[in-house]
Amino acid sequence: MDGLSLHKKIEENTGLLIFGILFVSAIGGLVQLLPVLNQDSLDTATVNSHLYSAVELTGRDIYIREGCHVCHSQQVRPLIAEVERYGPYSRADEFVYDRPFLWGSKRTGPDLHRLGGKFSDDWHRIHLLNPRSVVPNSIMPAYPWLAEREASETGNITAKLSALTVLGHPYTEEDIAGADAALEGMTEMDALIAYLQMLGTSYQGESEL
Amino acid sequence: MSDQTYHDNIALRLIQFAVIWAIAAMAAGVYIAAELVWPTIDFGQFWLSFGRLRPLHTNGIIFGFGVSALMATAFYSVQRTCHTPLFMPKLAWFCCYAWQLIVLTGGLSLLAGLTTSKEYAELEWPWDIAIALVWVCFGIVFFGTIAQRKIKPIYISNWFYGALIIVIAMLHIINNLAIPVTIGKSYSLYAGAQDAVVQWWYGHNAVGFLLTGGFLGMLYYFLPKHAERPIWSYRLSVVAFWAFVYSYIWAGPHHLHYNSVPEWVQTLGMGMSIILLAPSWATMINGIMTVSTAWEKLRSDPALKFIVLSLAFYGLATFEGPMMAIRSVNIVSHFTDWTIGHVHSGALGWNAMITYGTFYFMVPKLVGRELYSKKLANVHFALALAGTMLYIIAMWAAGVSQGLLWLSVDQLGELSFSFKDIMASMTPYYLLRLVAGLIFLAGTILMAYNLFMTMKGKEAARVTVPAVNPAYGMN
Repeated sequence: MDGLSLHKKIEENTGLLIFGILFVSAIGGLVQLLPVLNQDSLDTATVNSHLYSAVELTGRDIYIREGCHVCHSQQVRPLIAEVERYGPYSRADEFVYDRPFLWGSKRTGPDLHRLGGKFSDDWHRIHLLNPRSVVPNSIMPAYPWLAEREASETGNITAKLSALTVLGHPYTEEDIAGADAALEGMTEMDALIAYLQMLGTSYQGESEL
Repeated sequence: MSDQTYHDNIALRLIQFAVIWAIAAMAAGVYIAAELVWPTIDFGQFWLSFGRLRPLHTNGIIFGFGVSALMATAFYSVQRTCHTPLFMPKLAWFCCYAWQLIVLTGGLSLLAGLTTSKEYAELEWPWDIAIALVWVCFGIVFFGTIAQRKIKPIYISNWFYGALIIVIAMLHIINNLAIPVTIGKSYSLYAGAQDAVVQWWYGHNAVGFLLTGGFLGMLYYFLPKHAERPIWSYRLSVVAFWAFVYSYIWAGPHHLHYNSVPEWVQTLGMGMSIILLAPSWATMINGIMTVSTAWEKLRSDPALKFIVLSLAFYGLATFEGPMMAIRSVNIVSHFTDWTIGHVHSGALGWNAMITYGTFYFMVPKLVGRELYSKKLANVHFALALAGTMLYIIAMWAAGVSQGLLWLSVDQLGELSFSFKDIMASMTPYYLLRLVAGLIFLAGTILMAYNLFMTMKGKEAARVTVPAVNPAYGMN
């Protein structure tokens, strides 16, 4: 059977057409996804991995809710200029507890993967309330509502930690039992700042390239 | 001659929804473009914040405008290419309204801050399940109609619509697998680098099979129909179809160059992205050659002008994409506004323009009345072209300068420019982009008025299923 008569067959049969499209389009995904999903070094925790505390996880979920990732990447590429500007380039084992990943696709603002410890908590507070008071030309939005909302009302933190335990995050029973207490009295801004101050700090390697 | 008629009121209603979403989502786009120039115009309101409005803009365009237009044109053309009314028309009506409900409530959920953060897959798990269900219904109506066709060969446009339905279902389900925590929050089944590879396999191919493949279905039906010429080379369209379905799916990892994913995945994604140029341009050439003996129609027919221009932008965007997928180009373009420009040369120049041309062609046919104003359509054409060009040029300039300035180091190896200074230098480009968006939106509003006046007070005309040419019949 030559190519065209084979095609005539497919072209006149709905089932063959559906199967053909499914089969042909699946190949690329199988070749790329299966090895990556089975590569242990991409999902095994090392000294560089950091399990988010209840407060940091709440902060991270606020970061997602406000769409911070829309304008800020969390991925320092292994290029001289990026390492100089932001710090050590990002390693895969730093992200094994990131569900979802937050590498981003756009830097309207700077990369945040090595943000932790670069500014004080107070700086972040002022910056989040009014970015232009500390960075005059900034085009970042202000987030006044974060200072007014209770971190304990961001979401069900106990359910969150339990769900992540199902996915293999090693939270202990004490972690889960103490989660509500850890958020007690904190605003959403406190939780977000705790997350921002933790970003990129668990990396144990050299600070240079 | 049979006494059956086509179900065209569904297509007409879907066109109305598509136009409404186009205006709403483009208005959101204009608003966030303005926020990048005047950051305080969110007035401290969380639901006006850039981070929430931007996904509303992208989802509104892709799923509101794009999918409604694709459903409308798929339902319209599959009946005509198969010489049969829709299979299960009530299910088709269900798809039409259920989809609008998903877009509306999904949009509100994004404003409320419910988001997975994964691009073009931001909607949370309840909406993901609803999307999967409606999508399956879309597939049942579409493939059911093909199965009961009276014409033996399945026309090429139906393969592209078929690929849209099948591949998007596969991508959507696999990428959105997650553990629900509450009604508005879930955690991805994949973490870190693995999540990134799965997401860009989805993200790139949502562009590939929805914004490219689906709209190629539109092209293959409406271009020959409108130009009154057969496809220049049917064989080329066959080859290009399978090459497209095979190779597009590999290209996702070019979104992750120099990111923390295995290098072989990046290189493979880059190689296949370059190969993708061949089927993309084969289709473009096929389209251009199809109108090559009908150029004189361009003078008098604004609808055909839109479709032919959209092919030019399709050629531009599918050339630019593979170039940006090359690692050494991507060093500069990644994370910059160049990406935004690239997306809009596709979304404005290709998707919106071909849809506009198709609507100008379809609506008068559907209601059996001449287009209200050809003159307004010509003005719209000028606005759409000017808006798109200005948008792309502004973002090219912004993106290339960002990319180069970020990477620039002096003779001592020190960074030449601070991030803040580079960001502050973007204002003129962002202002230009805002103007470009306003121009494009103004054109779209003109079209809405023109189409509204054309269809005012009319239902879809009853079109009887024609007799089948025995040479192509089922027996």
